[in-house]
Amino acid sequence: MTSSPEDDHPKPKQRPIIRLVIFIIAHSFLFCVACTVAGVLALLLLPVLAKKTYVSENALMPGSASPMISDQDVSGATRFINELNSLTLKSPTAGIEIPRLIALHMANLGGEVSYHKFQNQPNKFHPLHFFTSPDAEANIGNSSCESYATNTVGIIRAPRGDGKESIVLVTPYNPVNLSQNEALSLGIAYSAFSLLTQVSWLAKDIIWLTADSRFGQYNSVAAWLRDYHTPSFGGVGKLHADSCHGNNGVHESKLDMIIETEVSDTFRRAGTMAAALVIKVANTGEESGQDSLNIYAEASNGQMPNLDLINIVSYLAIHGQGLHVKLEKLKSLLDSKWLKFIGELFESVGKIARSLNPQWKFGIPANEYVEGSATLVSSLYNQALGVPTGSHGAFRDYQVDAITMEISPKLSRNTKGRQTEFLFRGGRLIEGVIRSVNNLLEKFHQSFFLYLLTSSNKFISVGVYMIAFLLLVAPLPVLAAYLFSDAAKSNPNSENSKPSKSWRWLYHSKTIFLTHLWGAIVSVIPYFLYQIPIPGSGFGSGSDSEHVARLFLWGALSIFILSVVLVFSGYRSTQWALLKSVMVLAAFIGLCLMSVINFATAEIGALLLVPMCLMIKPLKVAGKLQSALNMVLVIVEFPGVALYLVKSAFGLQNGSGYVEFWYWLESLWVWNSATYIYICMVHLPCWFLCFYILFHPCNV
Amino acid sequence: MATSLSIVFSLIFFLFILHVSSESTLPAEEEEFTEELLFRPLPDRKVLSHFHFQIHTPDTTSYGPHHRLFPKAIYQLVHKYRIRELELSFTQGRWNYESWGGFDPVASSNAKPPGVELWAVFDVPADQVDASWKNLTHTLSGLFCASINFLESSTTYAAPDWSFRSVSSNLRYGSLPREAVCTENLTPWLKLLPCRDKAGLSSLMDRPSIYRGFYHSQRLHLTSSEFDPVASGNGIVLEQTLTIVLQPDALDSHSAFSSSRKFQPSWSMNSLFGRTVDGKCALAKSSNVYVQLEGSLVNNMQDTWNNNDGGFGSNQNIEFSVSPDRMMKEVNSFHGEGSSILYGFSIDDYHSSKPFDLGFKWKLPVTWSCVKAPLRASRFLMGSGNEKGAIALSLQSTEWSQSLPKADNNEQRCRLRVDIFQVVPWYIKVYYHTAKIYVDGMLQSVGETVEKLHVSPSEDKVSPGVMEMILRLPCDMKSAFITLEFDKGFLHIDEYPPDANQGFDIPSAIVSYPDFHTRLQYKEDNNSIKSPMVSKMQEKRTILSYTEVLLVPLTTPDFSMPYNVITITCTVFALYFGSLLNALRRRVGEEERLLKDKKTGKLQLLLSKWSAKLRGKPWEPPSSTPQSSPSKLISSKVLFKVVLIAAIGFGWQYYSG
Repeated sequence: MTSSPEDDHPKPKQRPIIRLVIFIIAHSFLFCVACTVAGVLALLLLPVLAKKTYVSENALMPGSASPMISDQDVSGATRFINELNSLTLKSPTAGIEIPRLIALHMANLGGEVSYHKFQNQPNKFHPLHFFTSPDAEANIGNSSCESYATNTVGIIRAPRGDGKESIVLVTPYNPVNLSQNEALSLGIAYSAFSLLTQVSWLAKDIIWLTADSRFGQYNSVAAWLRDYHTPSFGGVGKLHADSCHGNNGVHESKLDMIIETEVSDTFRRAGTMAAALVIKVANTGEESGQDSLNIYAEASNGQMPNLDLINIVSYLAIHGQGLHVKLEKLKSLLDSKWLKFIGELFESVGKIARSLNPQWKFGIPANEYVEGSATLVSSLYNQALGVPTGSHGAFRDYQVDAITMEISPKLSRNTKGRQTEFLFRGGRLIEGVIRSVNNLLEKFHQSFFLYLLTSSNKFISVGVYMIAFLLLVAPLPVLAAYLFSDAAKSNPNSENSKPSKSWRWLYHSKTIFLTHLWGAIVSVIPYFLYQIPIPGSGFGSGSDSEHVARLFLWGALSIFILSVVLVFSGYRSTQWALLKSVMVLAAFIGLCLMSVINFATAEIGALLLVPMCLMIKPLKVAGKLQSALNMVLVIVEFPGVALYLVKSAFGLQNGSGYVEFWYWLESLWVWNSATYIYICMVHLPCWFLCFYILFHPCNV
Repeated sequence: MATSLSIVFSLIFFLFILHVSSESTLPAEEEEFTEELLFRPLPDRKVLSHFHFQIHTPDTTSYGPHHRLFPKAIYQLVHKYRIRELELSFTQGRWNYESWGGFDPVASSNAKPPGVELWAVFDVPADQVDASWKNLTHTLSGLFCASINFLESSTTYAAPDWSFRSVSSNLRYGSLPREAVCTENLTPWLKLLPCRDKAGLSSLMDRPSIYRGFYHSQRLHLTSSEFDPVASGNGIVLEQTLTIVLQPDALDSHSAFSSSRKFQPSWSMNSLFGRTVDGKCALAKSSNVYVQLEGSLVNNMQDTWNNNDGGFGSNQNIEFSVSPDRMMKEVNSFHGEGSSILYGFSIDDYHSSKPFDLGFKWKLPVTWSCVKAPLRASRFLMGSGNEKGAIALSLQSTEWSQSLPKADNNEQRCRLRVDIFQVVPWYIKVYYHTAKIYVDGMLQSVGETVEKLHVSPSEDKVSPGVMEMILRLPCDMKSAFITLEFDKGFLHIDEYPPDANQGFDIPSAIVSYPDFHTRLQYKEDNNSIKSPMVSKMQEKRTILSYTEVLLVPLTTPDFSMPYNVITITCTVFALYFGSLLNALRRRVGEEERLLKDKKTGKLQLLLSKWSAKLRGKPWEPPSSTPQSSPSKLISSKVLFKVVLIAAIGFGWQYYSG
């Protein structure tokens, strides 16, 4: 800004782009503030900019055919539910009997039935398993029969289809302790399956997977998918499972022997999967007026199924079955004052805009805005977390579009007529969705994959929500450039070594590199922590105190490594401005990389990181107010504190702080979430550098 | 001259006539058409109907090129392309090897992969085979209204060396898994019959009924010995079969829950097809309907069978509405399960006022299972993602193979021979060296289990990958897996089919068991007529089974991308040419002089410009330098306009779009 070209020789005129860049760098402060504010504003505006969803793929034709589910299907399902319930009540060995009963019913309907036995593989932290495709693991230890669970799989072969594609229905249930809801969800799937065995319009095979969820709903589906896609042919585990099955043979007497011979233990397959639906029945919702449907779609690392799948489900649920479609919402946001205020502000702006030109459809009612943002925040958080919200997440790892449909009945479920009606609704909905997907000639590709939902029929596509991210991130390179040029100018004592002047940032980049390396080491430490047995507790069984011990051990180790790194590298940076410049650049690169992997994480990360990176200044240089602000920012931005604050702000608090934090982190690495990598390798080093800059001696 | 020629000509003609008349005195040298229909109840409450039409014409040398019955189109085809053997099948649905059986002759020769399958053996020199094949595909494509012409491309067909049928270098094999089969393919097929579907058994073919079935396969098989000097005299045999699996509409479709599986639905021709037969085709030599009961079914009914000696056709289990004219019993049953029974009905005496409607009624519930193929073969894909994957072929033992002896007489381990023939399109780049064979979970070395292996790797856009393999598997094994890894290739943009996002097909592999021959030897009664279908059943033939068609998702470009590409390219070009022109137009000396003239300072200029922009007024250069750079003035104006238009566009997009 203070450059004075007058005293130089007249330079040739520069290109407009370069002039523009120079101009922006010169006004970097203004630019940074404007961009950040605009970025936050754009984030707040997202619910207003949401568009209505539409079924993009014409071949789907949802609701074009009238439902065919008959009384017979539903009465069969009712009988099935009654048998399940009576078996649960009276039989002590329901864990074995229920899969058998399901298999019997599937075979009676005309399905091809097989059992899939799998061993519970507790998710462990593998430091190198991020971003790798799931593969067959041969290291199955020998363990008792109790660690085996049995999925029962029924397949309908499409009468005239070629068997190249299939649609999967999943009903998770726990055979050891079957709840009424699980029995109902099995009943819904039964009624749909019963119909589908008779229809002639099937073009794709139907797989009904009743997933034994005694080791978790996700694990059973993931185990089945793993064996479907990457089976291991040579293994000790398989033989072991067979021997376990032999033990079960004692209880065979009750059920039909003919069925037993038809049910095979060999793994049955049915072509490439086109889509998968996970069917669940929830407990009665608080709004008891109407049956409602909850849709969960987030898979690992913020991947979403194709929007068309959600569209047809919500279209059929609303227009076909009169269900109330809901998405997950952050409840505490619904009655937050400031959000309501913002909503009203936008509403009034919209009114003004409409009074100017009635064609401008800007702005939505305030309560709609609040609801939209509550859904949006929850959707953004779930995507950013990178942890799937249900067993549908397992499908996305194999590029199969899947969602969980959780149907919650209204209060009075006790009566028989009510249950029949509920089964009818659920069955018709499943039938409609399957019929639509069955119509699909190609795989889902027409509609969006990158989107955020603000309600079941409104979405924000990537083109809109990336504007906020870009605005937030844009100041970082500008600031870096400004700091660099500023430092180069304001440092006259290095003029004698002119060639090295422009390369001085390299020294600082070494520091940055070491800090990020430290971050990488920190991210791997938990793996070794799990190898060290903590005295006084068995392996794997986690008590709270043990977790706290691990957490502190982790913290201590990281600090120790950090100090070692600092000592060995001669961590003595003289110029904080250059250091900050390189740090800001590294943060920029990290955020941009993360935006490719998981956009929601990058968006939230940018929201947290950018203000701190922009504001940070050594205490000795900055004014009092700014120093105080910086201090607050640095304290707040520490990952643990940030999580704590966010959770308490949204009223999600449960359990004490440390344990909660440990569980949260554990869930991240167990699910191979890229967010964990981001926190350790981008956020934490940046936070440390900011901390370092804040207490920089500034003895220049 | 002319007279002598005519004399010679008439002499030749006379000799020819003499020759023909002398030959035609023999009964075997007539053209012959037979029509037959086989019904067989299937264990899963379905009924197999198998139409079998056969036209035989004697050798051209003895009979001449003119035919009463034999379709001219086929005759010309045989002669033009010198075909020794040809088989074309159109199939919809999958043959269920587990419940419909895979061992008997009908299943083994009529279970076909979905879509179109064509193979032919030519009697031409080896270098002309490909040309003949290409022409043949086009001819058949025209004849049968199907896209068989896609088999013309060398990437779609293969020349198996020894694993398919016989050792012949003149055989070509190709299949189109995606071909949809409908009436438009059936009509030309029916046209080849002398009575079409106007009379005889083919009049049963009510289109909605036969396409409602669970399996539908129309087949055309052609054998000719026209060009074979050794086996001369057999002429051309055209065998047309239509195999349908139908579900009879049972009256008690949703009866008692658990017992419904045991009750077989009763059926009649009228209930299956909605039509009856008004008598035989007048041109047919014989016209018969058969009902076949499988060995294991007969065995399961055995206990009630013996008590009742009230003649065949009525016993405690089943009842026919028309009493059968003859009954044939299998003589040397291969398995000890019981011998199958064939009931024959002749429809020679029926006419329009007395139509033939065969009814089949079950009186007692019975369950049985079909004889399965030695191994249950299935094929599937492994892996996920768009980069690589693996094809796995699994061979599971069935009850049948478990009954095999564990060791034969010479104390050697019994080994089951399995032949595998697989064609893989070139964009699935199979690495044959990665072949792994697991038997009962143990990895076997290839040399141990593979007796013979022939691989011709695919060549990009030229030829598909072909694998022929002879395996020797231990008889007592439970399961065997063969895996082959592959990389997914990239196609050129114009090679993608219209619905590219569905994925790409790998045609069915053929698994055959040459050690076993399917053969049903019926003891013929005295009054039985020689039936081509029954004699077909008695032929020794290798057991064949087809695996599933696989669907491989490949990387597919976004086909709306050309638009984006055009937009980006245009932008890049505009920028490039703009700056190029700018550089060319610029004169350095002149600019330096201009810069020297201007002493107001850049900053001031810039500031005033920006303030002008903010105020929205056209910028006027400071009055001190009225002559300064008109080009700059224009550029700032242009910039301003661009920004303004962009803003308007943006606003328009959001509030009125």
